[in-house]
Amino acid sequence: MKAPKKARDVFSSPIASAAAVIIAIVWTIPTFGLLVSSIRPEKDINSNGWWNFFLQPNITLDNYTQVLFAGTGTNPPLVLFFFNSLALTLPAVIFPITLALFAAYALAWFEFKGKDLLFSIIFGLQIVPLQLTLVPLLQLFAKGLSINGFVIIPDLGITGTFIPIWIAHTIYGLPLAIFLLHNFLRQIPRELIEAGRVDGANWFTLFSKIVLPLSVPAIASFSIFQFLWVWNDLLVGLTFGGGVKEVAPMTVRIAEMVGTRGSGWELLTAGAFVSMIVPLIVFFALQRYFVRGLLAGSVKG
Amino acid sequence: MLHIPFAAGRKTPWEVIYPNLFLLIISLVVFAAIIYLVFLIASRASVRVQEWLKYVVFLVPATLLLVIGLVYPTFRTVLMSFMNDDSTEFVGLDNYVWSFTIPEILIVLRNTAIWVFVVPIVSTLLGLAIAYMTDRMKRAAVVKSLIFLPMAISFVGAGVIWKFIYDYQPNLTKPDIGLFSALSKSIGIDPPNWLLEAPLNTFLLIVVMVWIQTGFAMVVLSAAMKNVPEEVVEAAMLDGAGVFKTFIRVTIPMIRATIVVVLTTISIGTLKVFDIVRTMTGGNFQTNVIANEMYSQTFRQMNYGHGSALAVILLVCVIPIIAYNLRQLKIERTER
Repeated sequence: MKAPKKARDVFSSPIASAAAVIIAIVWTIPTFGLLVSSIRPEKDINSNGWWNFFLQPNITLDNYTQVLFAGTGTNPPLVLFFFNSLALTLPAVIFPITLALFAAYALAWFEFKGKDLLFSIIFGLQIVPLQLTLVPLLQLFAKGLSINGFVIIPDLGITGTFIPIWIAHTIYGLPLAIFLLHNFLRQIPRELIEAGRVDGANWFTLFSKIVLPLSVPAIASFSIFQFLWVWNDLLVGLTFGGGVKEVAPMTVRIAEMVGTRGSGWELLTAGAFVSMIVPLIVFFALQRYFVRGLLAGSVKG
Repeated sequence: MLHIPFAAGRKTPWEVIYPNLFLLIISLVVFAAIIYLVFLIASRASVRVQEWLKYVVFLVPATLLLVIGLVYPTFRTVLMSFMNDDSTEFVGLDNYVWSFTIPEILIVLRNTAIWVFVVPIVSTLLGLAIAYMTDRMKRAAVVKSLIFLPMAISFVGAGVIWKFIYDYQPNLTKPDIGLFSALSKSIGIDPPNWLLEAPLNTFLLIVVMVWIQTGFAMVVLSAAMKNVPEEVVEAAMLDGAGVFKTFIRVTIPMIRATIVVVLTTISIGTLKVFDIVRTMTGGNFQTNVIANEMYSQTFRQMNYGHGSALAVILLVCVIPIIAYNLRQLKIERTER
């Protein structure tokens, strides 16, 4: 352990470190500019650049109270969309992880014909762009599915509620979740599973007594992944929300605010920051798990 | 059910939140209750019943959802791409002919090609450089966190952040709000109207994607570099190779497989880019890309034929990237 550390110190270069610091600063300026702008008074934001804040440091929270609690025209206040994002994200994280863990457990430890093929297909489904599934899936939600008048899936009348968005996110999250969790569950020592079987535990108690407790770190990693994905998503919320404001997430509202000329920078900057605050907290608090999930997903393991 | 258009004057936020909150809680409780009951009943079933019940409980739900939600829609969309705007009659290859002949769509395809070419290469090179610079640095964690941070921000949020930076003040005597305009004036150049000038605007949108993806490339490549055995690097150095030469000749070949994975992952993400373009220019001023045009054709023009054809083109573009990725992994495995 000691020798490599020494070598590392010898090769560290002050120029490289300085360059890295400069890049980090450049990378942070855009977000920092947004944050600074969001606390400047409307008059200041619209009359000069945010860097003037350091010459005339006027701070206000008016932009936040305005964008969060006062609706504009026929538009409800952002706090409502904030709630929608929360209500949309919770099940859209819990559902796919539960179902994926089930499937990953079956694929990792059950012995059945075609297991490898099924796993390969699920792995392959990761590449299907979700654009390819939008219209047929929307039609399923809106009209159900029937072939020659024979109803396979009835019209459930759930358009305009959270349910289509939850189901869509669940479906889109499954392939990656199954793949990652399967890789993790494979690593559980065979003896542990077999010992459980010998002790007379059935596949169900084996799952809840041994597999589930062991999977907590993997579940945590993937939850963060899925959380950030769902919270930050625009396309699924936009299409499966049925264009109804009652269930639209914050991203949809912010994108709409950018599009309309009515919203000034004071509301946009504050609104954008509100939409970023939860992922940023999650990111800083749980960065290690996030990185772990990312590495498991992109570096072959 | 809930099709009443929302009006702030008619409903208070609480009147919207209550039913939503109710649905949320009910759904979570029902979901948990079903799973609890299934486990309770299943674990008491006879061994013979359990032999098939275990598949029903563990494997069938996810598989069924994937068949209904991904497999069936994919085939259906491919079919729809050969049909007219409301999928009532077959039109052969018309939608594909349309995709490759209409000037606006050719611009869309060209832009997507530029995105897919520039974003992965620039992000990966930058990520590699930063990973290299921070590899032996003290307190690298702070630097890396800051560069990684945009990964946590939504594309929509990033769009707002950068639209603010590209803000253009038409009255040249007024102070600038946008950072780019101010910077360009400070070096004596009249700023262009950033997001309106083609082809500059496409590259300015690409900057946003690079800003987000560089952190991803850095984190993954940095982890790969940590796995390169120290002895190999030291041996190269002892042979007289400089630090940089060692990096090029030893480290990079050793992490080649990871570089390919990073390049392909970013390529696929870039191919599907939608939010950035939609938020920042709405696809106007010749900045449109496939994913955004697919959305417009499907949900604005209500032309399912055109939209489906564009979606299929997306899939067809993804396949060679994945194929390349898999081939590289295979080569890597046989070399070892």
